[in-house]
Amino acid sequence: MLLNQFLILAAVLFCIGVYGVLARRNGVLVLMSIELILNAVIINLIAFGAMLGGESAVVASVFALFVIAVAAAEVGVGLAIVLMLYRNRQSIDVSDVDLMRG
Amino acid sequence: MVAQNVAFGILAAAMVIAALRVVTTQNVVHAALYLVVVLAGAAGLFVLLAAEFMAVVQVIVYIGAIVVLFLFGIMLTRARMGKEAGLDNEQRGLSLAVALLLLGVLAFVLVDAFSDTRVEPTTIVRTGDVGIRIFETYMLQFQAVGFLLLATLVGAIVLARRD
Repeated sequence: MLLNQFLILAAVLFCIGVYGVLARRNGVLVLMSIELILNAVIINLIAFGAMLGGESAVVASVFALFVIAVAAAEVGVGLAIVLMLYRNRQSIDVSDVDLMRG
Repeated sequence: MVAQNVAFGILAAAMVIAALRVVTTQNVVHAALYLVVVLAGAAGLFVLLAAEFMAVVQVIVYIGAIVVLFLFGIMLTRARMGKEAGLDNEQRGLSLAVALLLLGVLAFVLVDAFSDTRVEPTTIVRTGDVGIRIFETYMLQFQAVGFLLLATLVGAIVLARRD
């Protein structure tokens, strides 16, 4: 297998995630798009680990595990924020959150 | 080698189609279920790359925990179960342009840098090796990640509870 198979698949997933973050209105869907981006990062880490082989593959797994842990933390806090938004404004449209607009 | 490439092709096609559906579907629950397909495909890729531990963690943490959390979030914000108009904002064209430009740049750089690098997973990453590596070399980082999870758990409860 070519390394680029994995890297370009991850790049495609990353760009789909970027599109989702920019184009979606619903807060939960924005968080899902962020998950797509983080998943692309994990695929890249594991692919590079497998390319280098040996001890590097193990270290790649360790780092990918850390990325997954951070992703889980991000979803937890993100959904709590979306819930707060829903409770205060009865809407999870992220376009409505424009209090900081000048 | 051929079997691996065929498996990769099937997984990649399923993942890209499901990811596109995640960002284009007009039904929030369907988006969460398509996300499951993407994450399961990634777990399959980890098996192809001989990283069995990551495949299992992907299934347990992502599909088992994070997607359920998403479904809870959808439920608690009372999204309508059917089709829902207006899930996209008015910047779709601009977003598409940004994403395609980014994809073009990334693909150019990747093809330029790694066009003939091969990945043949010869070392199977054993779970025991990962555990030894975590608890010998990366103990401090592991504790930091654990503390981060604890802090976010407390923060999420503080943010989301009613009082």
